[in-house]
Amino acid sequence: MAERTVANIPIQIHDMTIAYHKKPVLWDVDLDIPEGKLVGVIGPNGAGKSTLVKGLMDLVPKASGWVKIYGQPYEAMRRHIGYVPQRESVDWDFPISALEVVAMGRYGHVGWVRRLRREDRRLAEEALAKVGMKDYARRQISQLSGGQQQRVFLARALAQDARIYLMDEPFAGVDAATEKAIVEILMELRQQDKTILVVHHDLQTVTNYFDWVIMLNMRVVASGPTSEVFTDDNLHKTYGGRLTVLSQAAQAIASQRGD
Amino acid sequence: MLDNVVRFLSLSDANVRFVLLGSLLIGATGGLLGSFAVLRKRSLVGDALAHAALPGVAVAFMLSGSKSLPVLILGATIAGVIGVLLIQLIVNFTRIKADSAIGIVLSVFFGVGIVLLTHIQRTSAGNQSGLDKFLFGQAAAIVDDDLVVMSVLAAFIILAVLLLYKEFKVLIFDSGFMQSMGFSARLVDLALMGLIVLTVMVGLQAVGVVLIAAMLITPAVAARFWTERLHSMVLLSTVFGACSGMAGTFLSSLAPRIPTGPVMVLVATGLFCMSALFGPRRGLVARRLRERGNRQRESIHHLLRACVELEERTRKTAFPREELAGELQWPRRRLRSQVAALQRQGLLARVEGGWQLTGSGRQEGLFVVKSHRLWEHYLVYRDILTTDHVDRPADEVEHLLTPEIIADLEQLLEREQGLDVASIVDVHQGDSLYRRGGQEDG
Repeated sequence: MAERTVANIPIQIHDMTIAYHKKPVLWDVDLDIPEGKLVGVIGPNGAGKSTLVKGLMDLVPKASGWVKIYGQPYEAMRRHIGYVPQRESVDWDFPISALEVVAMGRYGHVGWVRRLRREDRRLAEEALAKVGMKDYARRQISQLSGGQQQRVFLARALAQDARIYLMDEPFAGVDAATEKAIVEILMELRQQDKTILVVHHDLQTVTNYFDWVIMLNMRVVASGPTSEVFTDDNLHKTYGGRLTVLSQAAQAIASQRGD
Repeated sequence: MLDNVVRFLSLSDANVRFVLLGSLLIGATGGLLGSFAVLRKRSLVGDALAHAALPGVAVAFMLSGSKSLPVLILGATIAGVIGVLLIQLIVNFTRIKADSAIGIVLSVFFGVGIVLLTHIQRTSAGNQSGLDKFLFGQAAAIVDDDLVVMSVLAAFIILAVLLLYKEFKVLIFDSGFMQSMGFSARLVDLALMGLIVLTVMVGLQAVGVVLIAAMLITPAVAARFWTERLHSMVLLSTVFGACSGMAGTFLSSLAPRIPTGPVMVLVATGLFCMSALFGPRRGLVARRLRERGNRQRESIHHLLRACVELEERTRKTAFPREELAGELQWPRRRLRSQVAALQRQGLLARVEGGWQLTGSGRQEGLFVVKSHRLWEHYLVYRDILTTDHVDRPADEVEHLLTPEIIADLEQLLEREQGLDVASIVDVHQGDSLYRRGGQEDG
């Protein structure tokens, strides 16, 4: 389906296979992700969700296949991409303030060696205010709660001022208020026709949050509008054999039907 | 010895100026790069690098027959880099972990270096070679030519750090994010590693291969105790390094035959100990004081709450010490000192029949009791605890609740649970207690 590249498709993945130490963790991924959608990536642990995101951005080498961003290679388009890595991927004891972390979102626009401009600082402050963390700008990041740290990461991606956002488990370990605040911001981004890809764990909220869903288990089990794809059958294929998760899934299905 | 001191402090001797300036540069670059090395968790690699440099120094001397610093540094650098690459190879192609690989390479290279040094000293003009100074360092060996080399290298290092500061910062904090923006993490890492190599090589002669790593690690770790910002940590670490370098050189010159390296490291370690003790937030003293303050505040809260709750129960306002001690189940000594503390703060007053809350004491006490009970309600309401388990955790948390949190909690419980907050403090005579507190205040 994705033989030719199309300039109005934000993310096009063709035949992407990714291997760590020659052991494939993601097989033959073919995906076309439409613009202006809030896309959930779900699947069990080790399904390759983070790897999919990293493969998109060339952070891990591809064994085969290609990725096009609006019809162009990633290198040409990376200024249009905002990234929220997993919160545990960094050392929060690092001597740096919340605002400095957010300002890192501007480094890609500033480029090598050059310093941040006043404009960049303003954008960073705005992004921090947007996630409700203005008062914490000068705090050292280890003095923030998990939810606040996650907001700082989101603010950093907002400061990137992108068209596509890739977020690796932004809801992991956050409080209810933060989850709500993040969801509101995601919805707002979608309204601005941004495309947002979110690696997600909580099956209960899939139907509420996402209008498009990619179900992953080392390969793409299903991908499409949530209402069509997020089915009992597909969940079974994705999580097959894992009882605890299955019961969670069953619950999710039940609540979906109840709606 | 006194002439030495005078000669040093007057800076009249050109040689002394060279040596001092040299050790300042070594200490400063060590502290500067050390901050990044420590945060990047590369400090042991610096150690391996320095030890691996020793055979390079020996081989460079054997091949060239010259003792000129640039030649020896070149040899040291080549050997050091080979050592670091070997560590990487071992980690990549065997099951040996990084710490063991560092240990293996460090000791093998150092051993070879010692063997070669011994060989040089036994043969030819070996006795005059002075290469053994590379073991523990001899800052006095710095001459004007060396200083030129060192200054150029130091200037290059400082300039490179200034230019790449932003890149180093994001590399160490979040290299994945950095790469997603199109910066090559591998390139920046290589630049950082290269600068660490240069820094070690600049200091090799004056500090010695055995201890140069300490000049990377110690100032940086000491600086971390004083600040929560990278730029001030880097600056402070540079200053600490420079001070240790100069002070070490000065102190080691006071008596003959004291090698410079160990003294520099001792001075740096002294700075570290001061920092670990007296650092404002992370220091031992500050942490102890904070803990003591917390315990003291808890005790005061307990005593205030006991007074208010006794008032509620007994309808009396003054209580003898025994009654308070019984209520709190405290030993007498603890009670006596806490009562005295509250009296000093004007929260408790001595009256006929015992001790009584003052106006402000009662206000404070009511707040404490309210915090405690609201928190209990909240825990039960949120199903975090069942009623019979409630008291202990409430005891621990109530001391941390600020008036803002209490106000939020009040609102929340009123809205979601229909709790009548006014009734929560003293079911029998809460209103009168409030009023009485207010009247005495006015």
